[in-house]
Amino acid sequence: MADIRIDYYPTHEHEGIKFRRGHTLPFGATMVPNGVNFSVYSSAAISCTLVLFERGEAQPYAEIPFPDEFRIGDVYCMTVFDLDFERLEYGYRMDGPFKPEEGHRFDKNVILSDPYAKVLGGRDTWRAQPNWDDVYPYRSRLAFEDFDWENDHPLETPIEDLSIYEMHVRGFTSHPSSETKNAGTFAGIRSKIPYLKSLGINCIELMPIYEFDEWENSRTNPKTGELLVNYWGYSTVNFFSPKAGYAATGKFGMQVDELKTLIKELHKNGIEVFLDVVFNHTAEGDHRGHTISFRGIDNKTYYMLTPEGYYFNFSGTGNTLNCNHPVVRNMVLDCLRYWASDYHIDGFRFDLAAILGRAQDGSPLSNPPLLESLAYDPILAKCKLIAEAWDAGGLYQVGSFPAYGRWAEWNGKYRDTVRRFLKGDTGLVGEMAQRLQGSPDLYPSRGPTASINFVACHDGFTLHDMFAYNEKHNEANGEDNNDGANDNNSWNSGWEGETDDQAINFLRHKQIKNALTILMVSQGIPMILMGDEMGHTQLGNNNTYCQDVEWNWLNWSLVNKNADLFHYAQQILRFRRAHPVLRSPTHFRHYDYVGSGLPDISFHGTLAWRPDWSAESRTLAFMLCGSHAKGGTIRDETIYVALNMYWEPLHFELPTLEPGLKWHVFANTDMANSEDIHQIGEEPLLENQAGFFVGGRSVIILVAK
Amino acid sequence: MDFTITSEVVDKVAKLKLTGELDSLSARVFQKEIEKVALESPTELVLDLENLSFMSSAGLRVLIFSKQKMGVGLTIYIVKPQEIIVDTLEKTGLQHSVNIVDQYPV
Repeated sequence: MADIRIDYYPTHEHEGIKFRRGHTLPFGATMVPNGVNFSVYSSAAISCTLVLFERGEAQPYAEIPFPDEFRIGDVYCMTVFDLDFERLEYGYRMDGPFKPEEGHRFDKNVILSDPYAKVLGGRDTWRAQPNWDDVYPYRSRLAFEDFDWENDHPLETPIEDLSIYEMHVRGFTSHPSSETKNAGTFAGIRSKIPYLKSLGINCIELMPIYEFDEWENSRTNPKTGELLVNYWGYSTVNFFSPKAGYAATGKFGMQVDELKTLIKELHKNGIEVFLDVVFNHTAEGDHRGHTISFRGIDNKTYYMLTPEGYYFNFSGTGNTLNCNHPVVRNMVLDCLRYWASDYHIDGFRFDLAAILGRAQDGSPLSNPPLLESLAYDPILAKCKLIAEAWDAGGLYQVGSFPAYGRWAEWNGKYRDTVRRFLKGDTGLVGEMAQRLQGSPDLYPSRGPTASINFVACHDGFTLHDMFAYNEKHNEANGEDNNDGANDNNSWNSGWEGETDDQAINFLRHKQIKNALTILMVSQGIPMILMGDEMGHTQLGNNNTYCQDVEWNWLNWSLVNKNADLFHYAQQILRFRRAHPVLRSPTHFRHYDYVGSGLPDISFHGTLAWRPDWSAESRTLAFMLCGSHAKGGTIRDETIYVALNMYWEPLHFELPTLEPGLKWHVFANTDMANSEDIHQIGEEPLLENQAGFFVGGRSVIILVAK
Repeated sequence: MDFTITSEVVDKVAKLKLTGELDSLSARVFQKEIEKVALESPTELVLDLENLSFMSSAGLRVLIFSKQKMGVGLTIYIVKPQEIIVDTLEKTGLQHSVNIVDQYPV
């Protein structure tokens, strides 16, 4: 054919397969005219063999040793001709020393996955029983790049305008009540886009969707006989491949198309897509774990090792990826660039990101090259980068994570402060004032957009359980309730667990509404956990990583059962989007810089203009001046919020408005259904403009118009 | 079931009738047939799938290939596909690139 370049003609042959010297870059397997270019790096292997399988066959049909002259530096590269792109599965054997004390664990008997594989076979259908005797369980495959994105590109919504919804692909639509055709898959999420829009969020953050193995550490709960699996997926097998078992078409190998279709459709509906990415460790575990890829390809490069050759365990899961090794750093960069450009991903949340700032010996770096590279990367320039700014090795960097003007953080201090304030702890009013403003104490120069605010996330109690349980109840995990966090800052509202007591249930709903309200009126970026808008419970389990069971899936009948919660969540999300004064990209200045007669933010207490900062106080009110919205660039209504976490009602004197404006009631969580929150624009006039009796453990929002 | 394919091109309309199971091996036959009819630069591609019981990812790829080969001006009609094939087209987003119809002419 005329369009085949002459340099793609084969020069070598092995067992009837034709090949030639390949290109060193890009790493991985790349389709080229008439063939596939393979390129793989290993700093310490002495030889490498390419292993080729027909899809699903037990034994390889060919093994081609890389001729010595095909190695350039530490990179083995070869172009092989006449391969069937659809049916090919490939892997590598690496020969080299097995000397753990020197960091090497080569084993040429193991067929290794390509760290740069774009599709991985072997776990094609969720929880389908694997072939445990497979000589090559996680099989590298090729991905096609022919997806038609039409005019789609990442949305680039200003980060302060986002409301994030953290979700689990499987948990979202697996429950029978979801009535989804493709339960628990990317296609299932697509069918629920109308729901996400009606809720009012504009960004979803998917818990790990890189290929992982749900069978990793699977076991049976001795008490219940239930199978426990790796449900959350915080254990990466391959960084470039989407989880096949999360695609209804995974068994056809079409997971790439299905995921891209979902992202395209979400973008059409104005919803951004963030990925929760796990670069701190891999599924290979410690020295007792399986060799899947990295360990056998170049153990010393990919992992942080102790001087004795064991694995540092800053992740709490056995090993630690050696992120600040220049080669590993490039892999992380290549990976994120791939997801940003090929999947149009809008942002990334980095699991245990403090690890990414550790040196190869584990010590924290003041100027970590990986974090700097990500912050300044041209392809990631418009992506949101969010750090979980701590790790399991005790490094806690909330407020001090190396940000380079780019990185935002999961604000763990926001979560802890708001939870304690909600349950009535004292001594928190001053700190609450900081959290409501986007934590200027933590991010003085970075602005409120550095703060991802949340009260509940996948890790810990759901919002409902935070007000229904004092203690965790993780017995179902089969670890004698020893797993999961103990510092939940929760309060059961008077009874441990579910109850028919109407007063307790009213209080629980009120507390959920209080939490959602505080979240939505705080500067920074709010994130809510899937199901919290409808009172989802995990029965007091605060660590459901292994629970692929009905009670852990989102029960959609709660939308009706807890209709008041769902309605409240919808309205409070709309309120945030309708009021730019709640979404400032910069910190408040605490004075009037536009001549409106009011400072941008002012604090109040039961007396107007006199907040009670005392140690015993449980009240705080604040007023946001609408003329100062987004730094005075947009006019909005002035908003007043009063938080009363004392158990009795208290009278709050209201700040006097300029002539012509009156206070209207948007929300009052102490009221019963339908009176608790109003339509935007239809807020009823407040009768007594001078003051408001705010119920015990209640929040009100007033708007001036 | 064995895969068979027939084709004809009349007045810039290419009609292909596919029968049996379109797996990754038979997808090559399908692709060859597409390449053959492409030589006559059709503006419409009509695929009769009434008797096609399975379409693999490789078969779906050939649909994408058809557009690439004959240009975005090509209109693709898929006539009477079975439910399982429609389902796969929907899940992978390919239903936006084709017209699923009960008969041709529409």
